[in-house]
Amino acid sequence: MSDEANLFAQQEANRRRSTWLVVGFILFFAWVGFGGDLAIGLLTADAPPADYHHVVPVIGILTTLLAGGICWYSWRHGPERVLWATGARELVDPATPEQRQLANVVEEMAIASGLPPPRIWIVPDDDPNAFATGRDAAGASIAVTEGLLRTLSRDELQGVVAHEMAHVQNLDVRLMTLLAAMVGAIALMSDGMGRMLRVGRYTGSGGSGGGGSRGKGGKGSPLALIVLALWLLTLVVAPIVSRILAMAVSRKREYLADATGAQFTRNPMALASALEKLAAAAAPTRAITRGAAHLCIVDPAPGLLSAREGFLADTLASHPPIRQRIIRLEGMGYQRAKREAAGSGS
Amino acid sequence: MATLIVLVVLVAVAFWGIGVYNGLIALKNQVANGWKQIDVQLKRRHDLVPNLVNAVKGAMDFERTTLEAVIAARTRAVGATGVKQTARAEGELTQALGRLFALAEAYPALKATGNIAQLQEELTSTENKIGFARQLYNDVATQYNTRQMQFPTNLIAGVAKAAPAELWEIEDATERAVPAVDLSMNKPAT
Repeated sequence: MSDEANLFAQQEANRRRSTWLVVGFILFFAWVGFGGDLAIGLLTADAPPADYHHVVPVIGILTTLLAGGICWYSWRHGPERVLWATGARELVDPATPEQRQLANVVEEMAIASGLPPPRIWIVPDDDPNAFATGRDAAGASIAVTEGLLRTLSRDELQGVVAHEMAHVQNLDVRLMTLLAAMVGAIALMSDGMGRMLRVGRYTGSGGSGGGGSRGKGGKGSPLALIVLALWLLTLVVAPIVSRILAMAVSRKREYLADATGAQFTRNPMALASALEKLAAAAAPTRAITRGAAHLCIVDPAPGLLSAREGFLADTLASHPPIRQRIIRLEGMGYQRAKREAAGSGS
Repeated sequence: MATLIVLVVLVAVAFWGIGVYNGLIALKNQVANGWKQIDVQLKRRHDLVPNLVNAVKGAMDFERTTLEAVIAARTRAVGATGVKQTARAEGELTQALGRLFALAEAYPALKATGNIAQLQEELTSTENKIGFARQLYNDVATQYNTRQMQFPTNLIAGVAKAAPAELWEIEDATERAVPAVDLSMNKPAT
């Protein structure tokens, strides 16, 4: 029953994290908007009465509404968009033996985990990889690449599907899908704002009053400059921070999903050997873009980081080093074998 | 005052009794549901076996005894009632099927037709599902059994008509070892 309590705690933690993510996301957009308003407001405050005064925080209202809209959209359509972005096709009517096997394995894991069977998707990509997405267990989707179906044996496939079902069960999928949508949105936002700023500066210096007002405001606007500097810093740092956040969240979840998945199949060695094969397939998964990298079972674009350990890998990689995961799984397999040997010996 | 205290205690006991009773009933239904899950898969398995026998009959005509053993084991499994009997009959069917598949390895022509590979996949999957459903059933049944035996829940167990649920146990070591089913259908044909 401690397992149950543990699972409940995991789900609760993921619900809480999802909420904080949404709150943080909206706050960030609000800051980008209202911060911009404040900076422009302070800059135009000293301007002559005839010139434009920025009083109504239009940008802030717009960006906050936009953030709310993005959150709503990610919540409603995030899973669909993630699947759409990878070009996945839903497996409705399994035709080939491989597809039949996949459908069977997913059903088996649904029984093992006690969850409703998820929808199955196949990503047309030769590199073996897999991910799960969805808002909750009832509407979850599991996607695997064609390469995965070709490369893995039945037991290994079962291990991978179990890993994904573990993500579904403890609601990682909700958090991860929201993160995927928001990391993308923040990157877009930052790009867009940066461009707007550049355009604004050009028109500003081109105008006759631009230089004058800046010279005149030299005394009154250190505050404006500080706000502006902070604001710019946020824009530059946000995409990096949001990605690091996504990676950090994902990295922790992988070990747990490995362990829970091994509980479902009762065969940790199968997942270990599957990971071995996934690691050996060096080709990047082209169908999966960086924004959704943290959803996958192994990093779709393995660089040097996924093989390394240490501070840099710990901070920037979306996944823990595969070797570490395999070692942990092999440890579980060894414990299991020992227990079974003891059980049959008595 | 004293009557009030007695009344409060009585009401508390009544509520406790109702809670325990409902808890037991809920568990009982979970056990029944767990069994139903197994049953669905068993039915599917029993339906698949004749197909398999038909598919291999022509090519493996002289392996009569093996085929007959499978058919007999299936008949026994279909007729089995109760957890213990079902468990034993299904175990025998698993063994008989294992032997059949082991023999089928010697007939490359059989595997080439594709039909048998598909049937094998379906049977393997059904066997796995039975295994996972069994795990779930055993977990719930154990919980149910423990609950109704514990004091003071056992005082209510009689009222709820709770009887210990039988666990699906795997009898001996040979059954414990799942027959090695070759899953080479994934690899390129050699």
